[in-house]
Amino acid sequence: MINIFEVNETNNMIEKENLDVRTITLGISLLDCITDDLDKLNHNIYQKITRVAQNLVKTGKEIEREFGIPIVNKRISVTPIALIGASACKSPEDFVTLAITLDQAAKEVGVNFIGGYSALVSKGMAHFEENLIRSIPKALASTDRVCSSVNVGSTKTGINMDAVKLMGEIIVMTAKETQNRDSLGCAKLVVFCNAPDDNPFMAGAFHGVTEADAVINVGVSGPGVVKTALSKVRGKNFETLCETIKKTSFKVTRVGQLVAVEASKKMGIPFGIVDLSLAPTPAIGDSVADILCEIGLEYVGAPGTTAALALLNDQVKKGGVMASSYVGGLSGAFIPVSEDQGMIDAVLAGALTIEKLEAMTCVCSVGLDMIAIPGNTKATTIAGMIADEMAIGMINQKTTAVRIIPVIGKEVGDMVEFGGLLGHAPIMPVNQFSCDAFINRGGRIPAPIHSFKN
Amino acid sequence: MKKTIITVIGKDTVGIIAKVCTYLANNRINILDISQTIVQDYFNMMMIVDMNESSKPFGEISSELEQIGEEIGVIIKCQREEIFSKMHRI
Repeated sequence: MINIFEVNETNNMIEKENLDVRTITLGISLLDCITDDLDKLNHNIYQKITRVAQNLVKTGKEIEREFGIPIVNKRISVTPIALIGASACKSPEDFVTLAITLDQAAKEVGVNFIGGYSALVSKGMAHFEENLIRSIPKALASTDRVCSSVNVGSTKTGINMDAVKLMGEIIVMTAKETQNRDSLGCAKLVVFCNAPDDNPFMAGAFHGVTEADAVINVGVSGPGVVKTALSKVRGKNFETLCETIKKTSFKVTRVGQLVAVEASKKMGIPFGIVDLSLAPTPAIGDSVADILCEIGLEYVGAPGTTAALALLNDQVKKGGVMASSYVGGLSGAFIPVSEDQGMIDAVLAGALTIEKLEAMTCVCSVGLDMIAIPGNTKATTIAGMIADEMAIGMINQKTTAVRIIPVIGKEVGDMVEFGGLLGHAPIMPVNQFSCDAFINRGGRIPAPIHSFKN
Repeated sequence: MKKTIITVIGKDTVGIIAKVCTYLANNRINILDISQTIVQDYFNMMMIVDMNESSKPFGEISSELEQIGEEIGVIIKCQREEIFSKMHRI
C-alpha cells in the first residue's frame, strides 16, 4: 500500500514544484461539417464543436478535484481549416468568418485556446490554402482564442520556399494588425516543418486528417520537479544525472497518463497520446532554463548548453515512454524565451542569442519559440530565419517550428509584455545581413536523400 | 473498491484526528490505514479510506473536509489513490 512518504513526495511536487497537467486537448474532426455554403459551414462547425466539447471544461475540473492536480488549460484542436473551408471560402475574408466562429465556439465551451486555423502546404499551396494563409493576420486580429499554424516543409517533401516567403510577410502583417497589443497575434502563429497530427500544445495544435472523429491528447509539465530532483545530485556524474531525470520523468508522465485515461473514460472519447514535454511557464521555479543551470551552466547559452539540453531531452523521453501507453505530439523539452524566466534572465545577461537558440533547436522540441525581435525586421529576414529552422527539421527528421514576434514600435533593449502564460520578453537582436536574393528565388527545396527509404 | 487518500497537514493541536474521524464515521467512510509523522514541527497525517458506503459524492466530501480543516487550522486534502499508486508503482 501507498505510504506517507510517497504521498508527501507527490503532493510536494504539486504544491511546491509546479507539477501540473499543462493541457487536456480535445481533438475534433470537422470533416463532416464540410459544405459549399459558407453560412451553413459556419453553423455546422459551431454546432459540432459545442456538442462534442460541451463537457470538456467540466470534466477537467472534476479530475482536478478528484486527484488534486491542477489542469492548467483545457483546449480544442480541429481539422486544418484550409481543408474545411476549401469549397465554401472563395476569399481570405470568407476564411476570417470561420475564425470568428471558432472563437465563438471556444468561448461558449470555455476553453482557453482553439487550434487548427491551419494549412499544410509542405509541397505545394492550393488556392484555398493560400487564401487561408492570407487571412491569418485579420483572423488573429479579430479573435481572442484562435491559434494558427502553417506546415511549410517535411523530411518527405522538402521545403516549400514560396510558402516560407509568404509566411515571412504574413508574420509582419500579423504583427501590424495586432500592434496595439504588442503584436500579440504573432504569439498565436507557428510555422512548422514535420508538424505532428496529434500535438496538444498551442499554438501549433491541429487535429490531423489521420485522426479519429474526436480524441483526447494530454500534455504534462514538470520542469520544477526535474530541477528539484537534480538539486539533490549536484556534483554527481552523468550516469546519476541521467538516471535521476529518467526516474522523475517517469513519475511526471504517469500523472499525464492517468489524467488522459480518466478524461477519456468520463467523456466517452478515445485517448490519443500523452505528449512527453517539459513545458515551462513564466512562474518562478517552472523553468527549463533552470534545469540546464542545475545541470551545471551559469546561464543558458554558455558553452555546453546544447549538450546539456540534448541529454535532458533524451532522458525525458526515455523515462516517459514507459510511463504511457501511447506517446506522441511534440514530446521534448520546450525552450520558449518569453515563457521561461530562466531564458529571459539569460538573454538579459547577454548569454543567449538567437543563433545559440537555433543550435539548441537541433536537439529538442520545438524551435525558435516566443522570441521577440525588433518590429522593423524585414519580411525576407524572417523568412530566412524560418528557412533555417525548417532545414534543421527536414534534415534531422524532427519537428521544428518558428514562433517569432516582430514587435511593432520596439527595438533591441525594450521589453514586451504578453501577459499570462505567454510571459514577457526582451527584444533580441537579429542578424542584419540580407538574404533577399535567396528568399526571392521561389519554388521549393527538394526532399533530402535520406527521405528515400522505400 | 475505490480508495481515497486523505492528508492532514498543519500545526499540531488537540483533537485533529478525533475531528476528522468523527466526520468520516458520520459519513460511513471506512478507514483502512492511518499513518502519522511530524515533519519540521508540522503535524502530518495520511489516511487511506474507502468511500464506497458513503452516500455523498466525492466533491462534497472533499469540500466538507477542507472546511473542517479550516475550522481547526490545518489543511485537509482528499485525493483518489490512483495519483499516488500510478506514480510510485509500476
